[in-house]
Amino acid sequence: MQRTLGALALATIAIGTIIGLFIVPADGLQGEIQRLLYVHVPTAWVGMLAFFFVFIMSTLYLVQRRLDWDLMAASAVEIGVVAIALTIILGSIWGQGTWGVWWEWDPRLTTTALLLIVYVGYLVVRSMTEDPDQRARWCAVIGVIGFVQVPIVYLSVFWWRSLHQPPSSPRSMATVFGFTLLFNFAAYTIGFAYLMMRRYRLAKRELSLELAGPDAEP
Amino acid sequence: MTELVRRAGAILWKDLLTETRTRQGLSAMLSFAALILFLFTFAFGADAALLSRIAGGLLWVAIVFTGTLALGRSFQSEELAGGARLLRLYPGDVRAIYLGKLAGNVLLLAALELLLFPATAVLFQVELLPHAATLTLVAFLGTLGFSTIGTFFAALTVHLRARELLLPLLLFPALVPVVIGSVGATVETLAGDPFGRAGGWIRLLTAYDVILFVVCMWIFPVVLEE
Repeated sequence: MQRTLGALALATIAIGTIIGLFIVPADGLQGEIQRLLYVHVPTAWVGMLAFFFVFIMSTLYLVQRRLDWDLMAASAVEIGVVAIALTIILGSIWGQGTWGVWWEWDPRLTTTALLLIVYVGYLVVRSMTEDPDQRARWCAVIGVIGFVQVPIVYLSVFWWRSLHQPPSSPRSMATVFGFTLLFNFAAYTIGFAYLMMRRYRLAKRELSLELAGPDAEP
Repeated sequence: MTELVRRAGAILWKDLLTETRTRQGLSAMLSFAALILFLFTFAFGADAALLSRIAGGLLWVAIVFTGTLALGRSFQSEELAGGARLLRLYPGDVRAIYLGKLAGNVLLLAALELLLFPATAVLFQVELLPHAATLTLVAFLGTLGFSTIGTFFAALTVHLRARELLLPLLLFPALVPVVIGSVGATVETLAGDPFGRAGGWIRLLTAYDVILFVVCMWIFPVVLEE
């Protein structure tokens, strides 16, 4: 099951990349740099999906107190952090090519960057707590609060910015671009599911090793 | 409900008594906040027009930085003296601890702001008195939001090794709406609210305060579990 998923993820991401890079024509207005969006938007989606998953798993942990939920949440945080960091980096390169600046105080951009910091904080807290139950509890709290604050942070930055300029919005896209993007959405979602499975299995082994103590055989 | 408030009051009383007997916190905090305002002036240059325009922002950054130091201390005395476990062992809802500490932080920051607002007015040449009522409301709402989420994260990070670093790391992203709302309302009010925007910022602050309070009250018992 896991192997199949991995192979599927690899194949679809490879096909999506080939379509995005070579088959779809370059955007009329933005040129070649627009191809970045075929990765930028799906990684943003995967990041948000991961953090939403963290929120669900954290809530489940707080209700049921099963360490499995905590391990799932932690696995999703790691994947989400990588995906969101990639999103910001790619978006920044795209911004430099299109807007002429690396950074823009756009509500989505600003909120995404803050979100990244919240979940980096999650990982730091995690690495500094030894007791598994205590770690799970504190992380679950951050997982819930971190997600609850997102819409409000977005809204406040939106209002703050709206005093100066409207936020950038994507133009409606032609079908061929839309298809490529949709294909990559699916490909990266499969990739997320695969990474989730791998990371969760590893987390389970790490925990059993931790519970067995330092002298146990790995 | 009355029991909860009574217990919270007891914790607040204990903390206030400690604070007035030792007088450690407030004077150090005030000096620190004043230093931040000075550093701002050095950083931005002694341009009176610029400073008076951004005074609201500078003031709130000073409050947030100083307040974060205060928050770090709010659970520390019990933790160091070993009273934290006893406090948890008392019968009744542990939310009383949160409420008591929250009230203590609001009062401490209010005392700080009572001196910091006039200091800002003097240093950056802004008029406070014509807007005293609105500014008091904004200061209260901003301080309440800051303390609500701050007290919560202070309790969460007090056991962690690098707590001085982790508290702001977790706290500041959640503070963004509080800072944007407070600064927006303060700057607009100080400018005489020419576009009628201060009311919007005050509503944002109020809404966020309520949401934060409900979420923090709901989750807080989890933070104190052992």
